[in-house]
Amino acid sequence: MKKISVYLLMTIIAAIMLYPLLWLLGASFKSNSEIFSSVWFIPKSIDLRIWKNAWETVTPYTMGHYFLNTFIIIIPKTFFSVISSVLVAYGFSRFDFPLKRFFSALLVTGMLMPAIVKIMPLYLLWRNIGFLDTYIPLVFPSVLAEESMFVFILIRFFNSIPREFDEAARIDGCGTLATLFRVLLPCIKPAVVSIAVFTFLWTMNDFLNPLIFIQSVEKYPLSLSIRLSVDSTGQNYEQCKIIAVSVIGLIPSVAVFALAQKKFVSGITAGGLSG
Amino acid sequence: MKHRRYKNPVGVSKYTGLLLISPFITGFLIFTLYPFVCSFVIGMTDQHSMVVSKFVGFTNYRTILSSDDFRNAMGVTLKYAAILVPLKLAVSLFTAVLLNLEIRGIGFFRTSFYIPSILGANLSVAVMWQYLFTSNGLVNQFLELLGLSPVSWYGDPDAALYIIILLRLWEFGSTMIIFLAALRDIPRDIHDAAKVDGCGCIRSFFIITLPQIKGVIFVNLILQTISALQEFNAPYIITGGGPLKSTYTLGMLIYDEMFKYGETGYANAVSWILFAIIVSAVGLMYLITGRKERGKK
Repeated sequence: MKKISVYLLMTIIAAIMLYPLLWLLGASFKSNSEIFSSVWFIPKSIDLRIWKNAWETVTPYTMGHYFLNTFIIIIPKTFFSVISSVLVAYGFSRFDFPLKRFFSALLVTGMLMPAIVKIMPLYLLWRNIGFLDTYIPLVFPSVLAEESMFVFILIRFFNSIPREFDEAARIDGCGTLATLFRVLLPCIKPAVVSIAVFTFLWTMNDFLNPLIFIQSVEKYPLSLSIRLSVDSTGQNYEQCKIIAVSVIGLIPSVAVFALAQKKFVSGITAGGLSG
Repeated sequence: MKHRRYKNPVGVSKYTGLLLISPFITGFLIFTLYPFVCSFVIGMTDQHSMVVSKFVGFTNYRTILSSDDFRNAMGVTLKYAAILVPLKLAVSLFTAVLLNLEIRGIGFFRTSFYIPSILGANLSVAVMWQYLFTSNGLVNQFLELLGLSPVSWYGDPDAALYIIILLRLWEFGSTMIIFLAALRDIPRDIHDAAKVDGCGCIRSFFIITLPQIKGVIFVNLILQTISALQEFNAPYIITGGGPLKSTYTLGMLIYDEMFKYGETGYANAVSWILFAIIVSAVGLMYLITGRKERGKK
């Protein structure tokens, strides 16, 4: 009896979590009147022209172009944030050095500082060195381990590997970096996957940074192009097209999450994020 | 000064660690410390539309504190955080406890609870949310099915803030995952022992589970408070701050002053006030919980 009520409760919650997304998918095929008259998500008919229309967007570029832009940002960013966070976490976890406690405290402080305070000075900084309207302001911070959260996750993982591993590697002739890449890195694969997936999703979702640093429509990432479609389509006209644009915009995130799901969730539940 | 011995493996210099964390140090200087100091300095000037300007000291702060717009935005932001954060923590903890019961099919439920927070800040989700709450949108259709009267979400200043709150509440998954990880760390035998001693589910939750995950509750509380106080995306896209500025958060005020009206000096002063609010909120929680062992977990 108790089990049944737990299942019932969880099913209700799952429905609340998933139904809006299903509804969004269905609504991308519906006419305006159908969207606002039926609660059921499956459309009466499927018209792929809406999607084709949405794909072409209101700009001279198709959504494919914006996808490409987004990936040009995401690929180096993911690569750099994994490398830099791993190096920094390795340093914190395995070595002793001057002012270590001070720097650990800085790592926490960095997380407390609201991003909005930094926006204006960073805008001025990038403007003054002439990198506005390029992807450098979006990518470069990842080279310098900007996400303290990732460093924390990795430190926890490194700490869970016995020191004997390092010592054995050292005896076998591995230097500092060889120990990291040959011995420790394979042990923390789930954490690395989590970080890569997080970087992907967060970059996909990022709105404020591109809004400020990128000005020409040609260079817009996906998030700004969605905003553009919403703004220029108008509220009472062809709702399904805006919705189709949104659905297309969600596809990469859902796909990446589905592919990495197993490793990803185990990577964060295995102790990483629990502070 | 006393010389400290560094506990490194033989042959490793005390600078190796420093070298490894040097990306972080550089990053902190350029992307955290510099912008913060710079923002404070700009906040002390009457800079307008990014033109270099003169020093005015705390004038901006005086203007801000007496401005109605600011007071309203601050009220909205505090109300928003005060409603959202406890609700979100309660829901996340509750679902985490359910998921920790280890019954069959848990993977499906865990994934479905988690997905919204993953897509979370995506613009598409904000667009979707906007549609759900229109006057004849899905939410109102459901309310009618249940025999309740529909709500004019965008027209009613009291209701509009709840659109944003519900959106963020719907995204409780990432907080839940953190709780779940902590619950898994509690040794099973404590619960078993309590059961043998005749302790019921609810009681053992309060006397065993809660004290065990105190540290994680604190971490989640702080993370959620910080992000709630900074809310910008959702009101910017979904409600545009309206109606009657009832969803106009401090984040929106800063953005508008900065990029819409070009009041750079003023905007930076507001962002420092926001920073001060965040620091004092975190400090207050730290004091109230009276925790000395924060570093422990």
